[in-house]
Amino acid sequence: MITVKHLYKSFKSHEVLNDINCTIHDGEVIVIIGPSGSGKSTLLRCLNLLETPTRGSIIIDEQDITNQKVNIDQVREKMGMVFQQFNLFPHKTVIKNICHAPIRVKKMKRGDAEQLGMDLLSKVGLRDKKDVYPITLSGGQQQRIAIARALAMQPTAMLFDEPTSALDPEMVSEVLAVIKDLAKEGMTMVIVTHEMGFAKEVGDRILFMDGGQIVEENTPEELFHHPQHARTQNFLSKILH
Amino acid sequence: MRRSKIKVVRWISIAYVEFIRGTPLLAQVYLVYVGLPMLTQLNIPDFTTGAIALTIHASAYISETMRSGIEAVPYGQSEAARSLGMNSRRTMLDIILPQAFKNILPALGNQFIGNIKDSSLVSVIGIAELMYETTTVRGTTALGLEPIIVCSLIYLVLTLTLTRLLTFIERRLKSSDHR
Ligand SMILES: Nc1ncnc2c1ncn2[C@@H]1O[C@H](COP(=O)(O)OP(=O)(O)OP(=O)(O)O)[C@@H](O)[C@H]1O
Ligand SMILES: [Mg+2]
Repeated sequence: MITVKHLYKSFKSHEVLNDINCTIHDGEVIVIIGPSGSGKSTLLRCLNLLETPTRGSIIIDEQDITNQKVNIDQVREKMGMVFQQFNLFPHKTVIKNICHAPIRVKKMKRGDAEQLGMDLLSKVGLRDKKDVYPITLSGGQQQRIAIARALAMQPTAMLFDEPTSALDPEMVSEVLAVIKDLAKEGMTMVIVTHEMGFAKEVGDRILFMDGGQIVEENTPEELFHHPQHARTQNFLSKILH
Repeated sequence: MRRSKIKVVRWISIAYVEFIRGTPLLAQVYLVYVGLPMLTQLNIPDFTTGAIALTIHASAYISETMRSGIEAVPYGQSEAARSLGMNSRRTMLDIILPQAFKNILPALGNQFIGNIKDSSLVSVIGIAELMYETTTVRGTTALGLEPIIVCSLIYLVLTLTLTRLLTFIERRLKSSDHR
């Protein structure tokens, strides 16, 4: 379980997160929506400490990860992250992209790591791409590899920051399908996306953010069909039409 | 070093690089030749002072080349590595440096070739390197042009060998660039 309490984040004097509070239960899929610049990425990046919060706490399984004494690398091992730009390692083949961290960080045996890597490649439907370099792959394929790479660390939760925004439209669904599979398996996930249909389908709960705050949170059904706040209504009317 | 978070380290390295880049190698060679024995009160062989001067000179340029290579690797690479739980050292060694090295290899090659040629300058402090010998040969044999041509050819062989070697390495590293 992840609990965020009174989280603030500023860049210089620019306040980007302003008193964020939320709880993410194990196995839950949270989808964050909101206008550009509302702080969605920043919140996500705070959850694995790619950004250091200015104030407040993030408690993961009873450990406050904002505490100075916490080993950041160990926190990140447990928290997979998938980026908009895939960020595969261009100098490594697909299987090495996936196996590198398990071998180097988790000290997994090479054979075991490769077995795990092949299982994950099957899961994302790219077994035959094992030995190619990322540059030879389409965007959708690269993103599926990036998901496999994050899963290889066997994280307890996954963070997705607009995983399909950099993709050509025809490749969006193949990536969303992989994420939906993960949801079915009960993976805890926090997903920032502009794909409202997907949000509705996969999300257990939707958080609507605006101006660095969580303005409204609810089930997809309620939030999309009966938004309570004017700002939510305004945003949805713009994005759904 | 110039990318260091510690201010003093950053200042010193900026000053060092700017000084080396802003003054002629010839002046630096003399500076080490004259200055180093004075500072250390030791009798340092000429060859050592020459080598020290060239090293100080080359490392300033190489460090700048490396810095630009590291900074050219997209920030997302480092974030991806860190988010997999790799620490900063591991990230630098396994993810950033291999990509940076590949980017700067051509520049680094030019650098080495330049260094070989620059080494001719230390003849001024009496080190018997190629250029010095050439001058000696010219003095003793009264030949005008020939020793200089021979000397240039030897340099050419050295640099060409290096160029070929670098082209080979570059081609090996490019294997991940092709579709
Ligand atoms: N490293 C940074 N330094 C300074 N300002 C930043 C930095 N990162 C983000 N910001 C600012 O913080 C605000 C929120 O950014 P964030 O990326 O979290 O928004 P977002 O909701 O993810 O937007 P988008 O939908 O465009 O991705 C923006 O105004 C942005 O300019
Ligand atoms: Mg964003």
